[in-house]
Amino acid sequence: MPGMPILSLTIWVPIAFGVAVLAIGRDASPAPARWTALAGSVLGFLVCIPLWTGFQPVATMQFTEMAPWIARFNVNYHLGVDGIAMPLILLNSLMTVLVVIAHWEVITDKVSQYLAAFLIMSGLINGVFAALDAILFYVFFEAMLIPMFLIIGVWGGPNRVYAAVKFFLYTLLGSLLMLAAFIYLYNATNGSFEILDFHRLQIPMTAQVLIFLAMFMSFAVKVPMWPVHTWLPDAHVEAPTGGSVILAAITLKIGGYGFLRFNLPIAPDAAHLLDGFMITLSLVAVVYIGLVALVQADMKKLIAYSSISHMGFVTLGFFIFNADGLLGGMMQMVSHGFISAAMFLCVGVLYDRVHSRSIADYGGVANRMPVFAAFFVLFAMANSGLPGTSGFIGEFLVILGTLKVSFWYAFLAATTLIFGAAYTLWMVKRVIYGEVANEQVAALQDVDRRELVFLVLLAVAVMAMGIYPKPLADAMNPTLLELLRHVMQSKVAG
Amino acid sequence: MNTATFSLATLAPAMPEIVLAILVCVLLIVDAWLKPSERHISYWLAIVVLVGTAVLAATTLGRPTVVTFQGLFVADLMSQLLKVATLLTVAATLMLGRSYLEARGLLSGEFLCLAIFGTLGMMVMISAQHFLTLYLGLELMALSQYAIVALQRDSARATEAGMKYFVLGALSSGLLLYGMSMIYGATGSLELTRVAYAIEHGQSHAMLGVFGLVFVVAGIAFKLGAAPFHMWIPDVYHGAATPATLLVGGAPKIAAFAFIMRLLANGLQGMSGDWQQMLVVLAVASMAVGNIVAIAQTNLKRMLAYSTISHMGFLLLGILAATNSGYSSAMFYMLVYVLMTLGSFGMILLLSRAGFEAEDIDDFRGLNDKSKWYAFVMLVIMFSLTGLPPTAGFFAKLAVLEAALEAGYTWLVVVAVLLSVVGAFYYLRIVRLMYMEAPGGEITIEPRAETRWILSAIAVVTLALGVMPSWLMDLCVRAITASM
Repeated sequence: MPGMPILSLTIWVPIAFGVAVLAIGRDASPAPARWTALAGSVLGFLVCIPLWTGFQPVATMQFTEMAPWIARFNVNYHLGVDGIAMPLILLNSLMTVLVVIAHWEVITDKVSQYLAAFLIMSGLINGVFAALDAILFYVFFEAMLIPMFLIIGVWGGPNRVYAAVKFFLYTLLGSLLMLAAFIYLYNATNGSFEILDFHRLQIPMTAQVLIFLAMFMSFAVKVPMWPVHTWLPDAHVEAPTGGSVILAAITLKIGGYGFLRFNLPIAPDAAHLLDGFMITLSLVAVVYIGLVALVQADMKKLIAYSSISHMGFVTLGFFIFNADGLLGGMMQMVSHGFISAAMFLCVGVLYDRVHSRSIADYGGVANRMPVFAAFFVLFAMANSGLPGTSGFIGEFLVILGTLKVSFWYAFLAATTLIFGAAYTLWMVKRVIYGEVANEQVAALQDVDRRELVFLVLLAVAVMAMGIYPKPLADAMNPTLLELLRHVMQSKVAG
Repeated sequence: MNTATFSLATLAPAMPEIVLAILVCVLLIVDAWLKPSERHISYWLAIVVLVGTAVLAATTLGRPTVVTFQGLFVADLMSQLLKVATLLTVAATLMLGRSYLEARGLLSGEFLCLAIFGTLGMMVMISAQHFLTLYLGLELMALSQYAIVALQRDSARATEAGMKYFVLGALSSGLLLYGMSMIYGATGSLELTRVAYAIEHGQSHAMLGVFGLVFVVAGIAFKLGAAPFHMWIPDVYHGAATPATLLVGGAPKIAAFAFIMRLLANGLQGMSGDWQQMLVVLAVASMAVGNIVAIAQTNLKRMLAYSTISHMGFLLLGILAATNSGYSSAMFYMLVYVLMTLGSFGMILLLSRAGFEAEDIDDFRGLNDKSKWYAFVMLVIMFSLTGLPPTAGFFAKLAVLEAALEAGYTWLVVVAVLLSVVGAFYYLRIVRLMYMEAPGGEITIEPRAETRWILSAIAVVTLALGVMPSWLMDLCVRAITASM
C-alpha cells in the first residue's frame, strides 16, 4: 500500500474507535461497546501488518510522514519507524486485541470507559514508538499517563488509588526532567526538535552527562530499573488483568526504547562514562530482584518482580556496547512482552474463578484444569528461559555479549537462569501440581473458548520466536548495528 | 488647548471603551426602572453589552498601532487581543454565575454594572501608555472589585474578604504610586515611551530609578498575587461568592499581564537587568508557596487560590526572560490560564445549588458516576493545570520553559519542573476523587443550558489548543512583536 499514511493509521484508528466506544457506550448494555472495541483493536492490528510486510531491513527510518505542526517552535508531525520501533508497534497492537478479548466477561463496571481507555492508550503508545519529533514523542509519552492512571485507579484492586497516584507521580517526575533536556537540545540545535538532529549534535561532556541523567530518570522509571522500581509491584498487583498486561508487555518497553532512541545516540560519551553505573543497576535488578521474587506469596507480585529482573537483562544488554548485547536486549523486550502478558493473563484466568492471587490459596489446579495447566507450564518455562521458547533467545544473547566484556558480569547475569527457574517453577509447583488444595480449587472449570483464543495466540508467538527468531533478528539488526557504530563515536566537540 | 486639531477620528482607537462606558450607563438607567422579577432583562442586556463590545473590539484586530490622547493611550494588536479576551471572559463569568447569583439574590443591577465598570478599567489598563492612565484603569477596576466582593452583605466571610482585599489593595496601589513617582523623578516623564527613552539614553537617575522600580515591582506582585505578596489571594478567593471570585481571578489577570507588559517591557525594558533578579525571587517563591501549600487545602476555592499563586510564578518565568519570545509565551500562558480558571470555578458553579456551595474538594467525589461528561470536563481542566499533554496547559508550560531556558535560566527551569510535580499531586487528587471514589452526598448538575454549554466549550477548546496550539501562539508572537 504505497502512499498510505500507515503510521498515522496505527495511531489514530485505535484512538478514533476509543472515542466511538465512549460515545456509544451505555452502562446498562455494554455489548455494542464491546464489539466496537474488538473491531477497533482488530482493525488497529490489521493496519500494522504492512509495517511488517513492507519493512526493508536497513537502518533508515521508513514509512515516514511529515507535516508542520507548531511553526513557532519548529515542531513537526514527523513519524517514522526503524528496526527498533517496528516490532514494538506490532507487539502493542497485538496486545490490545488480547486485552479486549480478555476483558469480556471480567469487567462489568463502566465497560465503555475501560475499553476506550485501552484503545486510546494503544494509539498513544504507537505514537510514542513512531514519533521522530521530540515534542510529538513527549505529547504521546505523557498523554499515555492519563488512561493508564484511570485504568489502575478505577478498575484495580483494593489498594488501587495509592498505586495509581504513585505510578503517575513517579513517571511525571522523570518525564518533566526529560522535557527540560529536550528544550536544552532545542536551543543547542538552533531551533529543532527533530530527534535525528539531536543524534547528530556535538555536545560537551558535562551537558551530555546532565542530559543523560535527565533522560535516565524518565526511562529508568519506566523500565523500571532498581531502585526506582517500587511503583511497579504496587501498580501491577492493583491493576486489572488488562492493565497489568499492557503495563508489563508495552509500557515497560517504552523505557528500553527510550534508552535506544535517546540516551545512547544523543549522549554516547556520557553513556560510556556511566556504563558501570548502568550495568551495576541492571545486575542488581537481575540478581537482587530475582531473589525478591522468590519469596513472594502473591502471584501477580511474583510476576511483577520477575518482570523487573528480566528488564534488567534488557538494560544490561544495551550498556555493554556490543552487537550481541543490543540484539539480545531487543529480543528480550519483545519476548518479555509475550511472556509477561501470558503470565498475567494466566493469573487473571485463575483470579476470575477464585478471586485470590495468593499462591497459598491454590494447589493441584492441574487436576481440574488440565488444558490451562499445560499452557501455564509452557509460559512458566518460557519465563525461566527454556531453550526453544522466546525467553531463551534474549537471555542467551545478552549473556554471550556480556561474556565478551567481563566474566563476572556474565556470571552474575547467568544466575538468573537459576533464580528465574527457581521462582517460576516453585510457583508452578505450588499452584498447579500436588493435591487439590481446597473446595474452591475443586470447583474450578477449565478454560473456555475465549480464554483459549488468547492463550493459543501467545503460545504460538512464544514458540515461534523461540524456534525461528531469524526474521525478527534480521529486521532489527541493521538498525542496531548502525546504532552501535554511532554510539562508539565520540560526540564531544574536539 | 489646540482644539483645531481635534476631530472625532482621534477618538476612534478608544471606541470600544467609549461604547462600553455609554452602554453601561444606559444599563444603569434601564435597571433602575425594572422590577426585581425582571432582573433577567438586565442580565441579558449586560451580556449583550459585553459581547457587543467584544465584537466591536474584534473588528479593530489587525489595525496598525495608534497612539492617541497625547500619548496617554495606545491601541496595538496586543491591546486589541487582550480586550477581546477580557470582554469575553467577563461575559462568560456572568453566564456561568447566573444561577448561583439568582439563587442567592445577588444578581442585581449593581453587580452587573460594577462588573462592567471593572471591565472598563481593565480595558483602560490594557491600552495605557502613561503612568496616569495605567493607574486610572487600575483603580477603576480595583474599586469595582472591592465592592463586588463585599456585595454579599449578609455574609461575614464575604465582608471580611472585601475588607482585606480593600486594605491590601489600597496598600499596593500606594506602593505602586510611590514607585511611579520616583521613576518620574528619575526620568522626568510619566509617559512610558519617554521613560524608556530616558533610561536607554542614560538620561535617568539610575539610583532613584532602581529605588522606584522596587516599589513598582512590589505593586505588580500584589496585583498579580505572586508570593510573598500573595496573602490576600486565598482569603478573597475563599470568602467571596464564587462568581465574584471568578470576576477577581479571571479577567483581571489578563489586565495584570498587560500592566506588566506596559510597565516592565515597554517602559522599563532598559532596567531589565534589575527587575529580572526581582522576578526570579518572586517566581521561585510563588511556585514553591503555591504548590506546597495547595496540598494541604481541603477547600477547593482555597486550593485553586494557591494554584493561582503557583501559576503566576510560572508566568513570571516567561516575563523574566525579558525577550520577545518570553513575553509572547507569558501572554499565551495567561490566556490559557484564564481559560482554566473559568473552567475550574465554572465547575464549582455547576455543582452548586441553592443553599449548597460545592466548594469542598470532597464535593467532587464520585462525579463520574453521576455525569461522565462533566467529570471529563473537570479532568481536562485539571490535567491542563498540571501541564499534561494533550491539553493547552502543556504548551503554555513548554513555551514558558523554553523562553526561560533560552535566556539562560537553566536552574530555574529545573526548579520549576520539580515544583510542578508537587503541583500535579493536588490536581490529581480531584481526578482521583471524581473517578475512583463513590459519591459521598447528593450531586446535582446545574440545569441551565448556558452554564453547561460554556463549560463544555472550555473543555473542547482546551483539548483543541492542546492539539493545535499554533494559531494562538503565533497570534501572541505577532501581538508582542507589534507592541514592542
